[in-house]
Amino acid sequence: MNATNFLIAAYVATWVILGVYLVSVVLRFGKLRQQLRELGKK
Amino acid sequence: MKRAFPILWVVTVLLLAYGLYQALVVAPTEATMGPVQRIFYYHVPCAWTAFCLFFTNLFASVVYLIWKNNKADSLAVASAEVGVMFCTIVLITGPIWARPVWGIWWTWDVRLTTTLVLWLIYVSYLMLRRFSDTAQTPVLAAVLAVFGALDVPLVYFSIWFFRTQHPQPVMGKGGSLAPAMLHAFLINLLAFSVFGAMICWSRFRLETLKREVEQAHAMESLGGPGVPETTSLPLSRSAR
Repeated sequence: MNATNFLIAAYVATWVILGVYLVSVVLRFGKLRQQLRELGKK
Repeated sequence: MKRAFPILWVVTVLLLAYGLYQALVVAPTEATMGPVQRIFYYHVPCAWTAFCLFFTNLFASVVYLIWKNNKADSLAVASAEVGVMFCTIVLITGPIWARPVWGIWWTWDVRLTTTLVLWLIYVSYLMLRRFSDTAQTPVLAAVLAVFGALDVPLVYFSIWFFRTQHPQPVMGKGGSLAPAMLHAFLINLLAFSVFGAMICWSRFRLETLKREVEQAHAMESLGGPGVPETTSLPLSRSAR
């Protein structure tokens, strides 16, 4: 593996971790909003 | 403030894109290490952001211990979680840089070991928040955060106090960086600091919403209205 591959691996790893975390935050937001909406209907 | 939120996200994305362009295109290739040195433009800003978030966690925990302020507790949870994420990036990008430069993925060097310990302390903090459900949990977590934060200066100053394999600082005393490299580094430092603050703010809003839902569930179980009157979310207003 040459040096450029290590560089690509580091940048891809960074953005994958950030992307997965951001998606998890958005999904948790959606779930809580849904729960709040259901509680409001009762 | 809520109107500024999407605008600030757009500014953050633009800063990150400019930082990426500076790091990969504009900054010159380092003579000894070659292109792998460009990992530095992400590794160091992520470490800096993690440290800032752990200090935010310390500040919020101290505020919670003194005044028992629930917003401070929410901020402590949010900053610890986002800080762990940035520290994870540091612990992954570091070995990826070390393999072609040092010839090894990992060594039990003081800087590396104290960073791993720091990560473990805050992972245990998050475990405590996640799996303990007593009234004392926020207090115990705040005390753990105060002791955990003591590791942050130890990580930072370890390269001065001990003989380590980790590179010495490139800025300030004893360090030198070419102007184009310095520019790319500072842009990424700013971009990741703003990005960290924005993710922490989003996570803080999520924690606030979570507590409102828990409060609504508690009120419902007591036979009252499901959504608390104190809630300030536009969504809950429409639900009423």
